[in-house]
Amino acid sequence: MSKIICSAAIRGAYQIVDKADKKLSEAIEQKGRDCKVEFPNTAYYLPIIYSMTGISVKTLEDCVHIIGMARSMLPPLPAEKHWVPYLGHTLDAGMATLFAEEVYEACKYLIGPPPVDGIWLGAANDIIMRERGIEFVDGTAPGFAAIVGCAPDSDTAVKIARELQEKNLYVFMQSDNLGTSFAEQLEEKGVQMGWDTRLVPFGKETSAAVYSLGFANRAALSFGNVPPGEARRNLLYNKNRIFAFVLALGTEVTDEQYANAAGAINYGFPTITNIDIPEILPTGVCTYEHVVSRVPVDKIVEKCIEVRGLKISVHKVDIPVAYGPAFEGERIRKDDMQIEIGGPGVPAFEFVCTKESNEVEDGKVQVVGPDLDDIPQGPGVSLGIMAEVAGRKMQPDFEPIFERQMHRFLGEAQGIFHMGQRDIIRHRISKDAFNAGLRLKHIGKIIHAKFHGEFGAIIDKVQVTLYTKKEDVEGKLNEVRAAFAERDARLEGMTDDSANLFYSCTLCQSFAPSHVCIVTPERSGLCGSVSWLDGKAGYEINPTGPNQPIEKGKVIDDKLGQWDGTNEFLYNSSNRALDKVSLYSIMTDPMTSCGCFECISAMLPMTNGIMVVDRDFTEMTPSGMKFSTMAGTVGGGLQTPGFMGHSKFYLGSKKFISADGGLGRVVWMPKALKEELSEQLEKTANELGLEYFLNKIADETVAQTEEEVLEYMQKVNHPALSMDPMF
Amino acid sequence: MEEKQKTTDQIMLDKMRETKVETIYDRYKAQLPQCGYGSLALCCRHCNYGPCNIDPFGPGPKRGVCGADANTFAARHFLRMCGAGTACHSDHARAAAHLLVSTARGEAPGYRIKDIEKLKMVAECFGVETKGREINEIAEEVGEMALMEFGKPYGTLLFLKRAPEARQKIWEKLGIASRAIDREVTESLHRTGMGGDQDYRNLTKQAMRVSLADGWGGCMIATELQDIMFGTPKPVQGRSNLGVIKKDHVNIIVHGHEPQLAEAIVLASSDPDVEKAVSASGAKGLVIAGLCCTANELLVRHGIPMAGHMTIQEGAMATGAVELMVVDIQCVMQALAETAKHFHTKLITTLSKAKIAGAEHVEFEDESALESAKKIILMAIDNYKNRDNKKVFIPSASEPNLIAGFSHETIKYMLGGRYRASYRPLNDNIINGRIRGVVGIAGCTSPKAGECTQSYVEMAKELIANNFLVVATGCAAGQCASGGLMLPELKDQCGAGLKEVCEAVGIPPVLHSGACVDNSRILIACSEMAKEGGLGNDISDLPVAGACLEWMSEKAIAIGQYLVASGIYTVFGMNSPVAGAPDMQRLLTKELEEQVGARWDFEPDIKKIGKMLMDHIEMKREALGINVKKERKLYDMAERRALERECKPAGHH
Repeated sequence: MSKIICSAAIRGAYQIVDKADKKLSEAIEQKGRDCKVEFPNTAYYLPIIYSMTGISVKTLEDCVHIIGMARSMLPPLPAEKHWVPYLGHTLDAGMATLFAEEVYEACKYLIGPPPVDGIWLGAANDIIMRERGIEFVDGTAPGFAAIVGCAPDSDTAVKIARELQEKNLYVFMQSDNLGTSFAEQLEEKGVQMGWDTRLVPFGKETSAAVYSLGFANRAALSFGNVPPGEARRNLLYNKNRIFAFVLALGTEVTDEQYANAAGAINYGFPTITNIDIPEILPTGVCTYEHVVSRVPVDKIVEKCIEVRGLKISVHKVDIPVAYGPAFEGERIRKDDMQIEIGGPGVPAFEFVCTKESNEVEDGKVQVVGPDLDDIPQGPGVSLGIMAEVAGRKMQPDFEPIFERQMHRFLGEAQGIFHMGQRDIIRHRISKDAFNAGLRLKHIGKIIHAKFHGEFGAIIDKVQVTLYTKKEDVEGKLNEVRAAFAERDARLEGMTDDSANLFYSCTLCQSFAPSHVCIVTPERSGLCGSVSWLDGKAGYEINPTGPNQPIEKGKVIDDKLGQWDGTNEFLYNSSNRALDKVSLYSIMTDPMTSCGCFECISAMLPMTNGIMVVDRDFTEMTPSGMKFSTMAGTVGGGLQTPGFMGHSKFYLGSKKFISADGGLGRVVWMPKALKEELSEQLEKTANELGLEYFLNKIADETVAQTEEEVLEYMQKVNHPALSMDPMF
Repeated sequence: MEEKQKTTDQIMLDKMRETKVETIYDRYKAQLPQCGYGSLALCCRHCNYGPCNIDPFGPGPKRGVCGADANTFAARHFLRMCGAGTACHSDHARAAAHLLVSTARGEAPGYRIKDIEKLKMVAECFGVETKGREINEIAEEVGEMALMEFGKPYGTLLFLKRAPEARQKIWEKLGIASRAIDREVTESLHRTGMGGDQDYRNLTKQAMRVSLADGWGGCMIATELQDIMFGTPKPVQGRSNLGVIKKDHVNIIVHGHEPQLAEAIVLASSDPDVEKAVSASGAKGLVIAGLCCTANELLVRHGIPMAGHMTIQEGAMATGAVELMVVDIQCVMQALAETAKHFHTKLITTLSKAKIAGAEHVEFEDESALESAKKIILMAIDNYKNRDNKKVFIPSASEPNLIAGFSHETIKYMLGGRYRASYRPLNDNIINGRIRGVVGIAGCTSPKAGECTQSYVEMAKELIANNFLVVATGCAAGQCASGGLMLPELKDQCGAGLKEVCEAVGIPPVLHSGACVDNSRILIACSEMAKEGGLGNDISDLPVAGACLEWMSEKAIAIGQYLVASGIYTVFGMNSPVAGAPDMQRLLTKELEEQVGARWDFEPDIKKIGKMLMDHIEMKREALGINVKKERKLYDMAERRALERECKPAGHH
């Protein structure tokens, strides 16, 4: 019965608080009370503590306070006879456990053993959290399995991991069972682990559970707009949105593991186990049962899904290897590959083109030339993938959108590694996949299934031809390249002035309810993944979905980019939170941000210009804030003049804050970003008449503070210096 | 499997018979047969034209001298009972409010503000600003606002807003949203005088309005303000029965209803002078034990032992080991003064509004409470030397035999801890059928029902065996506690579903929620259940019911009437207070359902009541559609988004 569980959990909580206390004393002894503590690259401090209490733990001194708090939350052990209610107590003990463990892990970062070690990854930084956390919110990943302990054997571990991956779940691994951990079992079998494969080994100690749960808290803070300190909202957000659960495998459950499981129940995350322990079946804190035990390992993944109350819809793709987003990040090393398609000097392409309905035979997949059985192992394989589609709503404009998705569609097959697009591709197919029966014709099958699955509203028919003879591919390439050129020319000519309709994207309203992206030909969605054409296609695919056409209507201010149509749309779609938006200004009614922006622009008042920082740059910026801190200010659907989230594409657009002076206002950006975008930026700068402009933009190698930026600008005579004041 | 073992109360009673100490049962017997007109509510002496009687059967008169008929007779009686009951709880509440104000002003040494959370919650209900203010400043204003609730000239009671919106609408529509408490009591007396309101339906409406002023006014103010000053009850181990009186100790029994007296006694008992006096007396220690609702108040807040409920008050004295019984008000029998004469026991009254001929009086005031309390304790210790050990008879030593302290806040906490506290698990497990429903049992014990009955215990056992969770207050709770039902081990006597929940949470299947004023906790708990969702949107939709098996006090009638007016089906045992007026009886037991979604039932055969409650709850379950076995719902992304939208930031009450 559950009194046994609760007693064990409370005992475990006492042990953990003691252990953390001891570790903290050691850390203080070695480093002093004022020593800084943090998880690497996060703006959320120790995230469980921060989200539950609002306290920003910054020093070891702060940790002392937290341990005191955790201790005060420890309840008495349930009495042998005539006990008082213990469920509430146990949940509190669970939370005290997590607080103590965060302190414990933070101390490990200072005095070791290091949390990042071998396969173990330790805390996820904010870049990962943003990139991956969003998947929990937009539904790409329904949740995560926090695996504790180990499977009966390594093969079973692989089987369970694959099963979870196929259900699109993340697998977060921590703790062991009698010295063996699940992650080590996967490693033994050579399974690729890491964020890209959704198999994430956090740490071998049980306390590494705080990385899993802290991740969940950060998702609520970041995407759920839950203010720090609002514990109940944060936990309910997790109960309702992040469908995670604890999967305890092994032969015994330790008191410390029970204590962590109790902590997880606060989030609505139940525990499912193969071990013979008591159960807690009544529902309420979790959506359904709280602890379910003695589940056979071959049924355990199904059971987890059922207990957590999760509905997973997976488009079944009929191929001989596993398929799902978890496999997209898998890499195939040279030694493991059966063949490599494309690469330097090897003609290859993928191409989508629109045909008349009578020209396409739906489901037809043709391999012209040899298939894998007759292609020698190794690199240098030519392949032309020609997908011909037809449908009453299909437009040639959508072709590039479909094409871009092929990266994901093909990459999600286990054993296919997809790189590049159009006529510059380099794909690999693994030996394992080949041995499992994967052939080139299956590429056609995947394309057919996924195009129908995701673009079914636009297309009616798909046929795929795979050319595998080099001469055929070369022959087709001329035709294909001509099509690309024509397409590019058409897109080039598309400007905001020439378009009558813009498109909205309100996908992120699931976590930023007042945020509305307005996507134009010259300003793509701030996440970088929704262009104007994507919006248009999105609307065709789902006419009541997040992409809606917006009639510009009457011009209110040409320069700022305000129309009565866009304003009215904003008003209605922001739940009446906002009524004006300028598409071309950072200073006057700038567009709101959800949180998914590729870059943030922020005014640097001293310089009369703005700085731009992208997500990958984790160092301090001249604004005195890191990207992650700024993201907190900019995100959440607010208009913050002087700050704006945007895509990389928009930075190279002639409409980039054109009302405020345009690209010439940019005074600082990270070197890597400058290099990445140099071609486009150069081109735009020239068109705007800015000479040698790129060199005039400071980066972290020449300026780290606002003062240093100003100095540099004066040295190079940056054009922003002579522009009108920004405000 | 009925235990044939005698209860300690029964053993004590036998002893009293043996030693010729008069008991409540002797006096009841002497009254038999009791007046038939009175029993049927067909005697009116509201004016000196009367007393008038109405003949319920034969050819005798059908109207009083003024022409009032049986329905008017009964309805006026009924309303006066409701008014009187309301007056009791509310005058009690007024004392609490005065004490809060004096405490806040520092004029009541010894008392302090204990539960700041609750103070802020009440402040929010009352619209009292809390930001940036001193605790005492807030408390003073809250106390003053509470006092205004008794006499404000305009508007309705502030706590009514804590009910589900649907319920508030019903009250507004019927015009029964209570105005100031004193006004409702006064108007009730006014309307029931000669030549006043003479339409039984209209009178019954006022009975609802004045009773709502009890439940959502007096009772709730008393509960909340007492929690603020003495602490909100939390689960605590306790003992209950006459065995809590100890042979070689100085024993003080605190009896009555208002906890401020008892709290002061408890506080003063740790005074060094007291400790010195005890050791000088030769006693091994000092026992403070409660009786009746004072006992409930002390038990749920401090785990202080409970000697017994209402009908055993003389029995406590008859142990011969009680040095002093100190009483305040309500349910204190004058007979105690007679019983005391058999022993060395001193009977002390403390309130100028409740004196007993033959008792000693020590006036108890907020300003000097601690001093008075100390004085009373020292009187008791001084009296220890007068004890006649030959007369000492304590039925048995008591063991810890109960867990008490289930306030609304505790229930929420125990279901989810400090971060996830909510009624969700309760609602969920009602919806999935592990728990069929919740029955509140409240109120009195009565010699009319038989000698030392175990009626609440027996019914509660029947209910828990059938997976109904029981919440008990007042003397019903006292009986269940002594009957051993408030132990978590009792889960093994529950049906399988309730047992699972009791095991998961660690609760007994019968929850002690406090004194009779604390029925307000049941109102709040029901409101929270309705607001939590999944069980309709009004209290009258919930699978819950209330019962009082051996009603005695007018307070019980007021409680019954406010439960019904709040939407809770309520069954009273024994006789109906309006039995002689068939139309009035039909109004209470049938027609009210159409008005407020709940009604009364009166059932002479107490053994049938458990089934009536269960049938009613099953009917509510049917109406909610939760008896249909549903497939487990699995959530996809869109449904999860919808879940989040539903989940608003948590409210307070």
